Amino acid sequence: MAVKVRIPTPLQRLTQGKEEVEGIPGTITGLIQDLDKRFPGIAERISEGGKVRRFVNVYVNEEDIRFLDAENTPVKDGDEVSIVPAIAGGKQ
Amino acid sequence: MRIGYVNGLKCRECGREYPVDPIYVCEFCFGPLEVVYDYKKIKKVLTRENIEKRGKNLWRYRELLPIDGDPQVGLQSGFTPLVKADNLARELGVKELYIKDDTVAHPTLSFKDRVVAVALTKAKEFGFDTVACASTGNLAHSVAAQGAKAGFQRFVFIPANLEPSKIIASLVYEPHVVAVDGNYDEVNRLCSEIANKYSWAFVNINIRPFYAEGSKTQGFEIVEQLGWVVPDNVVVPCASGSLLTKIWKSFKEFKEIGLIKELGTKVFAAQATGCSTIAAAVKQGTDAIRPVKPDTIAKSLAIGNPADGYYAVRVVGESGGFAEDVSDEEIIEGIKLLAKSEGIFAETAGGVTLACTRKLIETGKIGRNETTVICVTGNGLKTQEALNGRTVSPHYIKPNLASFEEVLKKIGH
Repeated sequence: MAVKVRIPTPLQRLTQGKEEVEGIPGTITGLIQDLDKRFPGIAERISEGGKVRRFVNVYVNEEDIRFLDAENTPVKDGDEVSIVPAIAGGKQ
Repeated sequence: MRIGYVNGLKCRECGREYPVDPIYVCEFCFGPLEVVYDYKKIKKVLTRENIEKRGKNLWRYRELLPIDGDPQVGLQSGFTPLVKADNLARELGVKELYIKDDTVAHPTLSFKDRVVAVALTKAKEFGFDTVACASTGNLAHSVAAQGAKAGFQRFVFIPANLEPSKIIASLVYEPHVVAVDGNYDEVNRLCSEIANKYSWAFVNINIRPFYAEGSKTQGFEIVEQLGWVVPDNVVVPCASGSLLTKIWKSFKEFKEIGLIKELGTKVFAAQATGCSTIAAAVKQGTDAIRPVKPDTIAKSLAIGNPADGYYAVRVVGESGGFAEDVSDEEIIEGIKLLAKSEGIFAETAGGVTLACTRKLIETGKIGRNETTVICVTGNGLKTQEALNGRTVSPHYIKPNLASFEEVLKKIGH
């Protein structure tokens, strides 16, 4: 069992059209770095200098990481991580 | 023909540039797009003299609005009164107070007539035949009304639990009113999906960069009506936070093109405690907005996930202002105070702004010897339900003089 990561429509081009991919447990920072190895380019769309971009919301089990431990928020096997552009909003 | 003063669109976050299109989000970093103007060119044509010669409507500042051709919609919108509120000033114990009175905005009695005038003119320029919006009521009225006159197909999406009088005030213009079983944030999310699928001009979604610029006209007017100076303080109600950021932008633009010399205004955000995302962030000293589920009688401000919340918090900080929030009880008292002191009947959002101003004065955030402008953005006739059982009562009498004089005796006249 891994971490489930939901990818928004505008980034699915980078994940070969996949809406959901697997991530590694650890922290959000580690998870993003690992995603970028498998899906090159995704890290700079989501983050800048290691910080999640202002208009990208990252949720761990539906809670915004800004109100958890930001990029250091722990993720473990079975958690669900959602990446959602803040104003592009809709799920399509 | 392109005669405008717009260079293009630019991401507020990463600075990537885009052409003028009905788009609103940066495709790289997902930041919001904003209109970029050629201020050097504007400076040459937009002088105080030129403005003062023009019609008394919001298009007198047209070079600072994002249109290419002539204004096409809302030709009588804007230029609402700036009322010197001496009675209210006495009541609150301050020297100089003004009400920017958008309760009499044309044609639908709220500041949304400003943004819709600009949005629908832009929608015409883009060639759309259908306009739409997600709304807490006031925007729906304006899109329905101005869209009717301009000859658009209209879809307005509202939360189904809005005040009944606010729904009727949309229905009368016969748009397609879609009442969604959800709160504003859910309506908004649904509309983002619809906007992706249908080629309509959603004024507060894909037309948002242009639409939002219309709010600047409230700030331009405040400066002109004060005699080409900015106030010490301006108190602005916040729903999405857009109006507050645009009033600040309007002052900055007037400075940029040389219409004013000094800019020392403090900008204050006013919210209901039941939906105080921006006020909470300001008070906690953070710019991270924590979304809430709104619970307030001020439904026109009930946006739990404010699109411009971050920028509103930044403007408050940059200008040296603050934020306040008030209870439903205080909102009603605010509405009544404005009505009985200045003869202006504001909707619940106006009660919020009034009551927050009172608190800001009492806590010393607004100085008693300073000039303060309170932005009142919508008309109380739209939300009369909020005052049910909360006003004074009529004197019921028989149709004779004696019965009337009984009343006079009772009230001690």
